[in-house]
Amino acid sequence: MKAITGMTIKREVLNMEVKGTWTVKKGFAEMFKNGVIMDVTNPEQARIAQEAGAVAVMALERVPADIRKEGGVARMAKIGLIKEIMESVSIPVMAKARIGHIAEAKILEAIGVDFIDESEVLTPADDRYHIDKRLFTVPFVCGARNLGEAVRRISEGAAMIRTKGEAGTGNIIEAVKHMRTVNEEVRKVQMMNDAELVHYGKEIGATVEILSQVRELGRLPVVNFAAGGVATPADAALMMLLGCDGVFVGSGIFKSKDPAKMAKAIVEAVLYYNDPHRLAEISEDVGDAMEGLEIGKLEVRMEERGW
Amino acid sequence: MKIGVLGIQGDIQEHLAVIKKLGHEAVWIRDSDALKTVEALIMPGGESTTMTKLLKRFAIWEPLRERINSGMPVFATCAGMILLSKGIENYPAQDTLGVLDVTIERNGYGRQVDSFEADLYVSYFGDVPFRAVFIRAPKIATTGKEVEVMACFGGTPVLVRERNIMAASFHPELTDDVRLQRYFMDMVGNSVENAIPRM
Repeated sequence: MKAITGMTIKREVLNMEVKGTWTVKKGFAEMFKNGVIMDVTNPEQARIAQEAGAVAVMALERVPADIRKEGGVARMAKIGLIKEIMESVSIPVMAKARIGHIAEAKILEAIGVDFIDESEVLTPADDRYHIDKRLFTVPFVCGARNLGEAVRRISEGAAMIRTKGEAGTGNIIEAVKHMRTVNEEVRKVQMMNDAELVHYGKEIGATVEILSQVRELGRLPVVNFAAGGVATPADAALMMLLGCDGVFVGSGIFKSKDPAKMAKAIVEAVLYYNDPHRLAEISEDVGDAMEGLEIGKLEVRMEERGW
Repeated sequence: MKIGVLGIQGDIQEHLAVIKKLGHEAVWIRDSDALKTVEALIMPGGESTTMTKLLKRFAIWEPLRERINSGMPVFATCAGMILLSKGIENYPAQDTLGVLDVTIERNGYGRQVDSFEADLYVSYFGDVPFRAVFIRAPKIATTGKEVEVMACFGGTPVLVRERNIMAASFHPELTDDVRLQRYFMDMVGNSVENAIPRM
């Protein structure tokens, strides 16, 4: 670099932009807050989601309910499809990579996807390691069932966390369990002294550095969304009442009877989650929700994927 | 002072926290009744399409425009600035409030992989740079004659003021530097003398 002399040149140098910083990644997730992110499988669905007021869409080939039904290996969506969806809406587009599949993530970053979900909904590619998300410019969201899992993902560079829930079931109990568990563990951490924190970190497999941030903030240091099982406006409101920053809806929109109405109603329910009268109005006339599944009867528990 | 944050969607809590930190009362605005109770308003970042649709669906859009036109001080960041603008060059069908004489290019700095942070020089803050975070940021395409440019990045205005309105392409609420919000609060304090209703 040339020698810096005088104010003008100094200012030019200071004007240099830095991409992919932690602030930029974490800050982007903050912009989704109090909003709904919807799974879509084609441009038309993406436009319906945007029209309803979604803050982003998740581009994938099959919604979780279909992945569950059809079985087989679920992989990153076709690039052509993701690109078509990116071209069809102005809101951010997310896409899923398999757990530990560094190459899928690199490809998604190369085509300019706005956020990557390293997701247990797809078939894992690595039985021990998650992607080192710190090495990417694009931000990542990951699922977590408890504080230890959330902190591990944040240590790996995830800029956003979501409950895993049990995707494709239309059954909210697992998402509730995961959010309640994180809340309980955060409260426990808040009572701990330094020595206890180190010991607890060892127990749950979490780094002390991030646990200290959790203790100070009284919450995760990144945005935390609900996901996995949201099927009605009331489900979305429930997750907001439990302290989620926003909601992912997977199969819940496009497996319902009237997707446009359901999408709109869930967006509205996230805004007025604390206003029962408004929620009643919003919930009226949404049509039938997706068909639900009992957790005990499932063959595959997606939430158990991830380490 | 009682300062509202337009609380439809986005990083509402971050703005509320800064207002409290500066010693003012912070109000989450979810309906037009709450809007009537505040002296000034901050419009957060988030998704401009989502905010626009919900503001209209729940009849806050017009009351908001009226209050801004009658002089309520407003500070808008990112998506907030899109809402205030006269129009969006690359998405002309998306409606705006049209109260700030700038036109916008949505995501003018690129998608998320191109989001960045950089130091800016703000005209009132002397030589101490301001760290600005740009996230899928709106680019100001044109500015009207009455618009004062307070800071530029790469030759493009990124912080502007017109009468009772201040707007930024970036997110001051994502850093610990509260100079801009403090500047806005001073603007609110002086607004009795400065507010010129445009009729």
